Amino acid sequence: MKDINILIVGVGGQGTLLASVILGNMALEEGYDVKLSEVHGMAQRGGSVVTHVKIGEGPIGSPLIEEGGADIIVAFELLEGYRWAHYLKKGGTMYVNDNRINPMPVIIGSAEYPEDIKEFFKNELGNVKVFDALAIAEKCGSPKAVNTVLLGAMSGDLPFDEKAWIKAIEGSVKSKFIGLNKEAFTEGRKARNGNQ
Amino acid sequence: MEKKIMLGNEAFARGAYEAGVRLVSSYPGTPSTEITENAARYEGIYAEWAPNEKVATEVAVGAAIAGGRAMSCMKHVGLNVAADPFFTAACTGINAGLVLIVADDNGCHSSQNEQDTRYYAKAAGVPCLEPYDSQECKDFTKLAYEISEKYDTLVLVRSHTRVSHSRGIVELGEVEKRDIIPYKKDIQKYVAMPAMAKKLHVAQEKRLADFSKDSNVFDINKVEMNGKEIGIITAGVCYGYVKEALPEASVLKLGNVYPLPEELIKDFASKVDKLYVIEEGQPFLEDQIKAMGIPCSGKDMFTIQGEYTADMIRKAFGIEVAEHCDAQPAPGRPPLFCAGCPHRGLFYVLGKLKKTVMGDIGCYTLGTLPPTSAMDTTLCMGGSIGMTHGFEKIWGREDGKNVVAVIGDSTFFHSGITGLVNMYYNKTPGTVIILDNRITGMTGHQQNPATGKDILGNEAPAVDIPKLAEACGAASIRRVDPFDLEELEKTIKEECEKDLLSVIIAERPCALIVKQPDIPYEINDDCKNCRKCMAIGCPAIEIQGERPVIVPERCVGCDLCARVCPFDAIHATEKEDR
Repeated sequence: MKDINILIVGVGGQGTLLASVILGNMALEEGYDVKLSEVHGMAQRGGSVVTHVKIGEGPIGSPLIEEGGADIIVAFELLEGYRWAHYLKKGGTMYVNDNRINPMPVIIGSAEYPEDIKEFFKNELGNVKVFDALAIAEKCGSPKAVNTVLLGAMSGDLPFDEKAWIKAIEGSVKSKFIGLNKEAFTEGRKARNGNQ
Repeated sequence: MEKKIMLGNEAFARGAYEAGVRLVSSYPGTPSTEITENAARYEGIYAEWAPNEKVATEVAVGAAIAGGRAMSCMKHVGLNVAADPFFTAACTGINAGLVLIVADDNGCHSSQNEQDTRYYAKAAGVPCLEPYDSQECKDFTKLAYEISEKYDTLVLVRSHTRVSHSRGIVELGEVEKRDIIPYKKDIQKYVAMPAMAKKLHVAQEKRLADFSKDSNVFDINKVEMNGKEIGIITAGVCYGYVKEALPEASVLKLGNVYPLPEELIKDFASKVDKLYVIEEGQPFLEDQIKAMGIPCSGKDMFTIQGEYTADMIRKAFGIEVAEHCDAQPAPGRPPLFCAGCPHRGLFYVLGKLKKTVMGDIGCYTLGTLPPTSAMDTTLCMGGSIGMTHGFEKIWGREDGKNVVAVIGDSTFFHSGITGLVNMYYNKTPGTVIILDNRITGMTGHQQNPATGKDILGNEAPAVDIPKLAEACGAASIRRVDPFDLEELEKTIKEECEKDLLSVIIAERPCALIVKQPDIPYEINDDCKNCRKCMAIGCPAIEIQGERPVIVPERCVGCDLCARVCPFDAIHATEKEDR
């Protein structure tokens, strides 16, 4: 298998860490080397957060993905997808939750939220799937499941079958949330196959 | 053996467990916190949160001399606080193994500076190991205990944000069953008074020299010979960047970064055409290698600031990097107070009163940012109180009335108490505001001496903050809810006017540790668009179509916005049982 680099970006508190833990557990289970790098501490308080996930035959050296090095970017929020877009490899795919969370500089009027983000995705990146993962998560029972919806959407890009994903979810979330997250994953996978 | 994905910090804790460590005492600090949290969950390890790193290190030194393997973990600036016991324990040596894990934060992800811990190893004269991934975090921790006992020395293990907070695959090992090593009274060794200290220093130099010599054959120092044109000496996290950027280069990966394996380095240097040293931060390795008389490149090619990447190395060596679109001018997304955060009320009022605010270290440092913009300085843990005293002494009483210190509950215990004693003793009638949110927030909710719980969440005695403040000399002590804005404003005004030492305790628990009402508020048609509600900087309130609107998914129903609204236009969407 060729190495796969996945960048997961979002806003502190959105659950980006869980998505990376699920990916890591699955890669381990499937016999691959994996490295993840995440941000703790101050940035988690509503700041911009990023997790790097690198899966391959190994050994994987650096835990960090370089600019232009991500095969997949999973963005939990539009502006965060925009901020990290230059990490996408030529020909890579970005999955974006169609959700806008204004950062404080925008809220207080010292900066503007770019209005042309989706245009930029279409014109400059090409392979970007923007869809309302939050609405799907809410339909499944909780907005918190947005992370597994997004994982479901991108799951087809990785050489792992659905069983492996489900097993990784079961091993990574608390038992009372397994049902919710499995459903969210399945719905996310369906959303990918639809025309978004 | 079983394999697991582990955070570097989880792997450090696992290493301690496998090494038979008996005691871990630490103060939380990003990026080191999870080591102690994880260690606490292993059977056989007693772990605790100490009030600061100095106490934690003293506890660990005591435990090691008493005969049980011991550890203390901290962030880089924590070692500044622990430097006093650290330097002397470096001389006395140990009985059972003693290891300090210190995590640097190059790039300042969650810190006030980028100091380089390796210099502490050199200054104090202790061996320093530097792991690069999670597997090495575990393995090097175990090795550090072997080294500690073999050479009779404290050992420093240097981590890094990208080591502590990266996850990788770790092969678990057996757990060593270790007996307590009997303690023998030995004043020549354990009493560091002048006559003994001179001899201790001689012994210390000898063990460092022995260690340096022996480390030439340690397998943590790995030579990977490839082409001879480029030879790289590196360590820790940079090894990963080097391997990715220069797969054809020959590499000497150092496991011990102080003291260095001199013969090994000389041998490696002699086998390559050109030698480069790649290390983040200061030229710690480079300077030592140059002092051995070995020519090499390093900081002439690379910055001493921030973090490195594989691309940075590629560019320095003229290697092409991946194509990508331009970085976009996205507006920043600085961290901010959570919805419902108790600090929001306090900083709203301090901003309104235009106080000169001596800040401290914690979530509340975010009070510096707009829209509250109500902090003037942040120096170090506990620094707010000493600085307030300094301001008052220069500005005098009249102008000094405008200066206040703000300090969190955990930070107050860490190193605010002595500052308060100083204010009292040296006659400064200032005002100190303790933000008691019943937790150590920023590092991820650790207990502290006032929360009534220990590291595992079990019941523990709680230090009474008002009584403590009184004992330190505070003549006026007021407790106030920071969401009671009128009362808070009145209290601050009154206390600042008083010519005596005042402590105001702003009491309200962190919004993330107690259940919030979770009934969203909304702005009705009485809104006159005055935008007072925007001045509190709540992530749930934003302008939509020229008017402020509360986003219901983000509102936790704390009601602070309703309290600042002069037109009574903000109400809960449902009736609350309060």
